[in-house]
Amino acid sequence: MSTSKIAWINDSYGKMTKYNFFSRVNWGRFSVVSVPYLWLAIFFFIPFVVVFKISLSEAAIAVPPYTPILDWNLEEAYVTLKLSLSNYLFLLEDDFYLSAYLSSIKVAAISTFFTLLVAFPIAYLMARSEGSMRALLLALVILPFWTSFLLRVYAWMGLLKKNGLINETLMSMGLIDQPLIMMQTDFAVYIGIVYTYLPFMVLPLYSALEKMDMTLLEAAEDLGARPYQSFFLITLPLAMPGVIAGCLLVFIPAVGEFVIPALLGGSDTLMIGRVLWDEFFLNRDWPMASAVAVVMLIILVLPIMLIRNSQGKEGAV
Amino acid sequence: MTSPQHIDPSQISEQATIKVPNWKSDAKPFVQIENITKKFDDFTAVDNISLDIYKNELFCLLGGSGSGKSTLLRMLAGFEAPTSGRILIDGVDMAGIQPWNRPVNMMFQSYALFPHLTVAENVAFGLKREGVRGAEVKKRVAEMLDLVQLGHLGKRKPNQLSGGQRQRVALARSLIKRPKLLLLDEPLGALDKKLREETQFELINIQDELGVTFVVVTHDQEEAMTLASRIGVMNHGVIVQTDEPQDVYEYPNSRFVAEFIGSVNLFEGQVTVDEPDTVCVTSPEAGAELCVNHGISCAPNQDVHVAVRPEKIRVTENRPDQKYNCVQGTILDIAYMGSLSVFKVKLASGKEVRVTQPNTNRESGGRFTWDDNVYLSWDMDSCVVLTS
Repeated sequence: MSTSKIAWINDSYGKMTKYNFFSRVNWGRFSVVSVPYLWLAIFFFIPFVVVFKISLSEAAIAVPPYTPILDWNLEEAYVTLKLSLSNYLFLLEDDFYLSAYLSSIKVAAISTFFTLLVAFPIAYLMARSEGSMRALLLALVILPFWTSFLLRVYAWMGLLKKNGLINETLMSMGLIDQPLIMMQTDFAVYIGIVYTYLPFMVLPLYSALEKMDMTLLEAAEDLGARPYQSFFLITLPLAMPGVIAGCLLVFIPAVGEFVIPALLGGSDTLMIGRVLWDEFFLNRDWPMASAVAVVMLIILVLPIMLIRNSQGKEGAV
Repeated sequence: MTSPQHIDPSQISEQATIKVPNWKSDAKPFVQIENITKKFDDFTAVDNISLDIYKNELFCLLGGSGSGKSTLLRMLAGFEAPTSGRILIDGVDMAGIQPWNRPVNMMFQSYALFPHLTVAENVAFGLKREGVRGAEVKKRVAEMLDLVQLGHLGKRKPNQLSGGQRQRVALARSLIKRPKLLLLDEPLGALDKKLREETQFELINIQDELGVTFVVVTHDQEEAMTLASRIGVMNHGVIVQTDEPQDVYEYPNSRFVAEFIGSVNLFEGQVTVDEPDTVCVTSPEAGAELCVNHGISCAPNQDVHVAVRPEKIRVTENRPDQKYNCVQGTILDIAYMGSLSVFKVKLASGKEVRVTQPNTNRESGGRFTWDDNVYLSWDMDSCVVLTS
């Protein structure tokens, strides 16, 4: 009798799990979640595969201007798969590309650092402010987005050029005799990047600082920490998630930045975004341009994955 | 909180000297607060307070929210600067001395533990700022964690601890620098009732062991009564009464203190007999003459209040043999609370009197029932006259 009972329980258990399996697929939730992933698949992953494919082909004077990887001829009954690594080899051989990558990373890193320096006090003030003042400061940070990015860069050209506002003002005040050369320099590129990407640094910093309990700073002072010590021992470590998020949000697009160096930088400002543009539109060497883009993506994605990995481990402890 | 009935005044002072460490013998006060006022714009949070706190004392600032007790504590810690007046700690004027330079540490109400540091790192924080390094830090942190019985949790982060454990970490962190004065802001506020009771005795033991002067801020009178060697009752930025816990309870100096600490029955009346050791008050509210065996200073026929604590009143079926302090009424409500029963008795004047009776045997809970006619009586030394 007891065995039959167990069999019955087992049987019903089996039915139950089957039933649950089908009912657990929540189709409503599935459709909501799948839309953004579908979007990413169509507009990010597939184009990337296409670019990657082009990078393995060779340039040709044709339409499109590269050789096909896969070729077949039914009459002569052959299929050829031709993967060319020559573009990648050329990337490694020619110092030009390496120095373009390094220079891009340098410009992006320096700009990110200065963006952080400028953004931290702004975010700190916002996090400390009360109600309406906070809303006003937040609006001021977001306000530049209401104007076209291109217009704002052109405005900087007006400020920085030889007979621009800054030079005119300084000269009329008698502080300088000769106009300062600011346009077409790395300095102008740094200014442009720091200015443009500032909100992307301020907002994550603000959200990290806003969560911080102010009595922690009082506790630190009470235990003998001077204000600068409280900042480096308490505020900064607690703001770290915001610092990392903000730096990634600035650094990644800054590496591949094209418009700002093209408009504000000089001919000697070497950045990979510009190299990419030249390969595509001046040399019409699509495979080479694709290889440059793929390597840039790898350079950017690897450190991010490493950071995320280390953060994940820290969170698990 | 439940104190025995019929306390002999000499007994009170004897008990008090047992409980209170010998701070009274120390002639020089350790903390001198002189005419301190703190204004926030138009609002006066602390109004001209002067207060002396002695070494090894566990002084409790007791008051409701907005009474200025926290502001006073924050001025001692250095987080707020007084508008006028001065604070001396161990004879040194604290004006202009920043929080990080004061010989004072504070335990925050929210504990304010650093969430990114482990328990041991939290406790070590103050030591490291003093320039203590290496093995010395380890040794002292281990000692301190043992003192608060958290030796095994040094590697945890604050968010992995229970409320009671966090409270101990906060205490250990504020004691590690061996401050002369420890400020505690509602130290037991965030703990549940059972944990509070355990912790408050531990606090007293630790204070005893380390010989630190404690200033505790609380709104909880029970906490103040058990912890404190002296209580300062605050209201609207002023200290209304400063006394030992038993004196604050048994001899409140005003209606505010009597009503704030414990529950009390107040009878309004006029003074008829005013002698050095006896005062009699005729109270229409009570419908009887009320007599007290302590003198007061007041004008004849002045309106005063006689205050009687609920546990000091006897309830009897028949009229007891005494001419004064005896009123008649009917039982309006009964609440059986296990160890005692609470009666609400309505007098002829309409006044409701609250009486608690200990349930000394199993049957005593059912002695009286609703609408019973009873007599309430108390002794001359069980009540006090309040002139303000």
